[in-house]
This record gives sequence, C-alpha cells and structure tokens, in this order.
Amino acid sequence: MATVSMTVNGKTVTKTVDSRRLLVEFLREDLRLTGTHVGCDTSQCGACVVHVDGRAIKSCTALALSCEGKTVTTIEGLANGATLHPMQEAFREHHALQCGYCTPGMIMASVDLVQRNGPGVDEHTIRRELDGNICRCTGYHNIVKAIAAGAAAMGSVRQAAE
Amino acid sequence: MYAFDYHRPATVHDAQGLLKDGAKLLAGGQTLIPTMKQRLASPSAVVDLGAIGELRKIEQNGNALVIGAMATHAEVAGSKTVMSALPGLAGVPGAIGDPHVRNSGTIGGSVANNDPAADYPAAVLALGATVITSKRQIAADNFFDGLFTTVLGEDEIITALSFPLGAKFGYAKFANPASRYALVGVAVAQRGSEVRVAVTGAGSNGVFRVPAMEAALAKSFTPAAITSVKADASGLMSDIHADAAYRANLIGVMAKRAVEAAA
Ligand code: FES
Ligand code: FES
Repeated sequence: MATVSMTVNGKTVTKTVDSRRLLVEFLREDLRLTGTHVGCDTSQCGACVVHVDGRAIKSCTALALSCEGKTVTTIEGLANGATLHPMQEAFREHHALQCGYCTPGMIMASVDLVQRNGPGVDEHTIRRELDGNICRCTGYHNIVKAIAAGAAAMGSVRQAAE
Repeated sequence: MYAFDYHRPATVHDAQGLLKDGAKLLAGGQTLIPTMKQRLASPSAVVDLGAIGELRKIEQNGNALVIGAMATHAEVAGSKTVMSALPGLAGVPGAIGDPHVRNSGTIGGSVANNDPAADYPAAVLALGATVITSKRQIAADNFFDGLFTTVLGEDEIITALSFPLGAKFGYAKFANPASRYALVGVAVAQRGSEVRVAVTGAGSNGVFRVPAMEAALAKSFTPAAITSVKADASGLMSDIHADAAYRANLIGVMAKRAVEAAA
C-alpha cells in the first residue's frame, strides 16, 4: 500500500492504494466515478480513456501510483453544471450512441483529437484517430458525424470566449 | 496481477540501485502493464521512471538528434526538433498503436522491449543510432539480440537514443489492422554512399538488415533499383495473419514505399 495524490475533475484527492491499483479502478472504485468504463482486459477498446495532464490515455493501462501529482479529467468533469460539453451535446444530437458503453471513452478521445487537430478536423483524420476506440453498436458513421459537429462547436465556443 | 513493490525514484542513479531480484522498469507501460494484467509477467518490484524529468528531453546535440528514453511517441512525432533534424523519423512513432498508446508509450520502452513487430527497432537499426544507457553507449548493430532480447544488463537503464544527423530516412509499414503492430515494416536510411535497410514484423528472430537491398540502393537510391531484389522467405514468421511468402513479398513493397517517402 502507498499513498497517492492527484487532482481529479478539479478536486485534489489523496488515498492509500495497493500498488496494483489501476487508474481506472481508482476512479471507479475508490472515487465512485463510474462514467469511465472497462470494456476489455487487453488494452484495446478505449472505453476507459481519460485525460491525464491534458492528454488522452487508457486508464486501464496506467497504475494509479504513476499518476502522483497529475491532473485527471474524466467524462464527469466535462459538462459545465447542467450544460453539456459541446462534444457531449453533439453525440446526443447526432445519435452517436446506442448502448452507450463506448461513449465516455469516445467522447474523451474526441475532445483530445479536436484539441490536437483543430475545429476543422476532416473526416479522414477523425476516422484514423478513432483507431483506439471500439464501438460494437453504431458502425461509427454517426460517431464520425458527431465528432465533426462537436469539433466545429468547440471552435465557436472558443471564439466566443476570446 | 500479482503483487509487487512499487518505486518511483527521482534519479537514474536511484532507479539503477533498485533494479535487482526480478525488479522491472516501468516506462510508458503499454506492454508491461497488459502483460502483468494477464499474469504473463510477475516482477517482484516495478521501478517507475515517470518522475525522472531529464529522461524526456529531445534535443539536437552537435551532429546528433538525442531523444530521451521517456519521450512519448506523441512527443517525438510532434517535436519541432525532430522535424527539423531528421524529418523522416517523426513518422515512425506517429504510426505506432493508437493516439492513447502514443500518449503513453515511450521510445526507450519500445527499444528495450524489442518486440519483433515493434516499429522503433527498425528505425534505430537503419539509422545506425546509438543506445545510451546508464553504463555505456551501444551501437544499434550490437544492441538487438533476438526476440524480446537485447544486450542490456539487468541493472542497466536506457537513458537516450542518439541518431546521427545527415541521413535521408524513410519508413513504411503494413500494419496489422487489429493490433496496429507491423505485419511488415521497412526502414531505409541513406547516408553518403551507404544505405541501410532494416525490417521489422517479419523476422522470426526479430529486426534484421537486408544486404542485397542495401547494395542495390547504394547504386541507385530509387524504388526501381530494388524491383528485382527478392526478400528471402526463409527465417520469416508465419502465423494466422500472414505466411512467410506473403511477408517476403511485403518487404519488397514496403521497402519501395520507404525509399519513395525518404526525406
Ligand atoms: S478497458 Fe479496454 S482499453 Fe482500457
Ligand atoms: S454504442 Fe454500444 S459500444 Fe458503442
């Protein structure tokens, strides 16, 4: 057991955990943030994607203890009170989910890809960037549409803020 | 996962002191953690290099591009220093795994693991890079030692990779569509009159060079120069994804693309 401190969705948390604790278990079981999902045992599905220091990673493939001092954002940290994040709103609007299991990881990956590729990101890039996120329901078309729309909306929110 | 002790040293020196009795280094964790989850690895201790900031540096140092062992694939792929010093190299980490893997996985981890289908070993071998460790400097030609094996000692830590500048370099990869590992990846480097060709994903003993292609490309560094040079299928892997003959053919195809892409 060892103690770890990190900032999760804006709050500093300190807990004593087993060295084996994965970041995703820490989030789901110790912090009860169950929006982050576990879809596989093999680091392939992307349902567990969260942002650590602003970058999308698979929380099932990181030790909680490795996140000492880091800043973590999960799907629960995206919305602004009752107002959905533009990417969440775009997924809702474009029917980009069916069972919803992959959705938290998809949205966290989408926000990361827009931050790196800009609000005008094209369809080809979106599809390539989804390499690490598997959806077994939708066939991806509506996810791709939602990401393009969410990207544009993120761009105009940023413009409005400037 | 089996239980292990966790260490997060602040210096390479401290990390080295902890490497004993079955301890393992944790870099980006993209191979080690899945392997531990499946109980295929059971280190007594994990020595996490994540807190050693100096291992993340990417800099041009005289006639070499020096990339810290803990630089992530995304950091190398997006580095302005890499783009200006050795532009072809950025495409190698840019083609590894998926975006989330690239945000975690590191060059040092990839090279130390020496997976027979990993991308970096081909680039390191083709470019004649030097592996800098906590104890010595090792030429790429002497570093890789078969499947998942290198000449690294048990308490030796890769601190950086040093790539000599002045080469034209290209990498082309046919990715396994499920795993994104290289089914075949070919790296070519031209430096003056010398050409080196290194292949990953195909060899049943890991990364290897192709002297016949090197000789042909040294005469003329064009895709056409290797049209008639056939890769030998003996010693290549055969599995459910591709048999040895298929991989041999892909070596030719990828080598031409790598020459075309070289910059
Ligand atoms: S749970 Fe599947 S990649 Fe993390
Ligand atoms: S909506 Fe069901 S897995 Fe994607």
